[in-house]
Amino acid sequence: MKPTIKKPKRRPWRPIAPKLVVGIPYAWLIAFFLVPFLIVLKISLSQSAIAQPPYTPVLTLAAGLHGIRDFFAGLSIDNYLLLASDPLYLLSYVKSVEIAAFSTIILLAIGYPIAYGMARTPRRIQAVLVLLVVLPFWTSFLIRIYAWMNILQHDGPLNQLLMALHIVREPPVWLATDTAIYIGIVYSYLPFMVLPLYATLEKLDPSLLEAAADLGCPQWKTFWLVTLPLSAPGVLAGVLLCFIPIIGEFVIPDLLGGSQNPMIGQTIWTEFFGNKDWPTASAVAVVLVCLLVAPIVIFQHQALRTAGEN
Amino acid sequence: MQSLEPGHGPATMTDWTPSDAKTRSLLRVERLSKRFNGTVAVEQLSLDIYQGEFFALLGPSGCGKTTLLRMIAGFEQPNAGRIVLDGIDLAPVPPHRRPVNMMFQNYALFPHLNVEANIAFGLKQEGLPRAEIAQRVADMLALLKLDNLGRRKPQELSGGQRQRVALARSLVKRPRVLLLDEPMAALDKKLRDETRFELMELQRRLGLTFIIVTHDQSEAMIVADRIGVMDRGRLIQVGPPPQIYERPNSRWIADFIGDVNLFEGFVGNDGASVEGTAAGRLRLSGKIDAKPGVLVWVAVRPERMLITRDRPPTEVENSVPGTVAEIGYLGDLSIYKLRIADGSIVKASIAHTGRLTEPRLSADERVWLSFLPEAAIVLTR
Amino acid sequence: MRKVSTFNLAAIGAGMAFLYLPIVILVIYSFNASRLVAVWGGWTTHWYAELVNDAPLLESAFISVRVALVSASAATILGTLAALALVRFGRFRFRLGFAAMIYAPLVMPEVITGLSMLLLFVAIAIDRGFWTIAIAHTTLGMCFVTVIVQARLVDFDSSLEEAAMDLGASPLRTFFLITLPLVLPAVAAAWMLAFALSLDDLVIASFTTGPGATTLPIRIYSEVRLGVKPEMNAVCSLMVAVVGLAVITASLFAKLTGARGEPR
Repeated sequence: MKPTIKKPKRRPWRPIAPKLVVGIPYAWLIAFFLVPFLIVLKISLSQSAIAQPPYTPVLTLAAGLHGIRDFFAGLSIDNYLLLASDPLYLLSYVKSVEIAAFSTIILLAIGYPIAYGMARTPRRIQAVLVLLVVLPFWTSFLIRIYAWMNILQHDGPLNQLLMALHIVREPPVWLATDTAIYIGIVYSYLPFMVLPLYATLEKLDPSLLEAAADLGCPQWKTFWLVTLPLSAPGVLAGVLLCFIPIIGEFVIPDLLGGSQNPMIGQTIWTEFFGNKDWPTASAVAVVLVCLLVAPIVIFQHQALRTAGEN
Repeated sequence: MQSLEPGHGPATMTDWTPSDAKTRSLLRVERLSKRFNGTVAVEQLSLDIYQGEFFALLGPSGCGKTTLLRMIAGFEQPNAGRIVLDGIDLAPVPPHRRPVNMMFQNYALFPHLNVEANIAFGLKQEGLPRAEIAQRVADMLALLKLDNLGRRKPQELSGGQRQRVALARSLVKRPRVLLLDEPMAALDKKLRDETRFELMELQRRLGLTFIIVTHDQSEAMIVADRIGVMDRGRLIQVGPPPQIYERPNSRWIADFIGDVNLFEGFVGNDGASVEGTAAGRLRLSGKIDAKPGVLVWVAVRPERMLITRDRPPTEVENSVPGTVAEIGYLGDLSIYKLRIADGSIVKASIAHTGRLTEPRLSADERVWLSFLPEAAIVLTR
Repeated sequence: MRKVSTFNLAAIGAGMAFLYLPIVILVIYSFNASRLVAVWGGWTTHWYAELVNDAPLLESAFISVRVALVSASAATILGTLAALALVRFGRFRFRLGFAAMIYAPLVMPEVITGLSMLLLFVAIAIDRGFWTIAIAHTTLGMCFVTVIVQARLVDFDSSLEEAAMDLGASPLRTFFLITLPLVLPAVAAAWMLAFALSLDDLVIASFTTGPGATTLPIRIYSEVRLGVKPEMNAVCSLMVAVVGLAVITASLFAKLTGARGEPR
């Protein structure tokens, strides 16, 4: 150990590691998550151009202060005015929210019994069940949607089954309908609803249910008064984990849905890749983010609270 | 009875210093303070720990004793004050370089390493040669009676065995000071008793300095050479167990360690008696260290109270009549609670030294309580 | 004693069937000799044989795997650091902002993250290709890694780390000798998740890709948006088999090596 030094006060030991441990991921996220958003905002205020990059104005610092002034002069909210005036976009937003809302409700209705059932099975089996629920998730998302394309074909197995059972007289059309979109969404997002619900229900203390029964509660009432409220955090997590990304879904409506009345994800894709109109696509994206800010903040708050609770 | 808030006196430095001239202060804590979010954990605490002693930090939960321990180990940084070990200020020394080792309350054994690897861990960090590490580990296993358990993982051991491994892991590094955080909290009573004596023997044999943190008074009284009693971040009294017990420096200490009866009154004009108490005028032995008229408390331990059916002779001056309110039979002794004239309760514990068929006291019986002047001490705060 | 009612069993059974039936049907059709879904032409492995000759497909698979390896590894390192920061370092400044940036990508629609990353790469004039996809996947993956590792770290007994330091290990050695071995299962699971996410991603890859960096999902998508193709059935069935095998092997392995739990 070092000998005593005559200085009146030595600085206490502080580990330097925290600065690095926090700093590196923080810097990465700012660079690759935050800054891109700002750029999207800027592009949304720009005009489309036949150039590389396909938008104007472009900020060139070489042009100096004059260049910066020109840059800001070139920004406008034209794209936003376009969005407000053309009903196509509004319909797209509405459709997205509508589909997201309904499919989330369906997911909750289907997912809750599954999660509840899983939480009630003996411990050993639960691990296997969780694995089974997660396994499809590990296989490609694209593949699973493609699987539904196979099934929902006009002469595909579903219609063959329905015809064979004489449930319908002629094969109904599934593909390119909203129904197909709902099926695809519910199918893909089910693990996202089941797992958070299961995680919360599994932690439920069975002695609470026994106490309720002991105090005279019939089973359905115990569920309503005890289980349901206590599973609220899981419900919230599942709902947000599904609702928010579903609004921006692209692959499912593109492969299973029709071309009339696209969802907002498809709209952005079309503007960007189809029309090569980056500024408009950015404007659509910015409005979408604004729509989603509230639910995302709720989700973050909930996630942070759950993490801090432990 | 009165409330037992500690007085606002200054925190006591050592009330007692060892008579052996060879012993010197090994660890010195100077006016240490620590706050957590505005709550005071340790306040202006000063303390000397001597080489080779078994020191106990005793206090109710939340008194700051564990915080003090962790500051010595280096896991918390004090807001003010300093800790000096062997003359060296520990503030700039990180916990992994302090010659101080800690035995954790939950043992903190590494679950992915076996017993030998756990014990060897600290030695590996020192960079010692493999042969020496193996030797020291083997010695430690033998010393703590853990032979044949070397290859097992912590999960496969019993509570008592795990505790020994934790102890071995710290001891093998031969620290200047060993800190023990409630080491026996997780053991059952019988194991606790056995372990206590083993711990004391070990400390004496190896000549090490131990600081133990505990909330269990009897444990502190048994193992410690000196006890430091803490409350709410302050050190209230420091001294060997007999001194703490027989000469508490305040009502709080008197009540915290064991049981005590307190009689509030004023110092009499003769300076050797206390007047106006619930038991009348009380005679004490020797001069009282306070001016006449000052508010004081006469403290008498329950085992020093005498109960008689008839009024005691006047040589035994301090006496008062009372009624038996409650009897607690504990086998080796009985604890009586008696109500005296002003309604307050006096406790007396009587050892059963007589024959089984001796007539015992019964509830509501009217008796006389008394105590000898030498059996009481006067507390000024 | 937990009672499993018939309703519960039915719910689980129906759920599992719903989840697996489409995949099973897909696999069956990959062996269908007939191109048409309506007709069953008998069993064949013809479509699988065709795959071997499909050079662009194989190349895109190779690219996908390489991107996934790079981004999963980078995401695991960054995400573990972030999890450490969130769990161990209490209330540091900007914690709220930090946490917001970690949790937001979990739910943000991929078209938005893809679009924004592309615009970033254009703005700083990086050539798009393998590395831009890798960066984008790393960013998304690290958020998932953080959530998984954080959940494990929260349960982790910090007194073990203190004990290690008390015994003389510096904070860095403590991390590698004590913390990391004990959270390794979670870190490994997180790596696998990040790998699967990268391998599977279509939208973000489409935005951030460049010439010569066509990933497997991009190629599959360009084929299937025109309709069902039996070769695609074969590719997809193969991928399902590979992933399924990997996951089952991983969990069996985890079971066999025993849970390295701490005594409770």
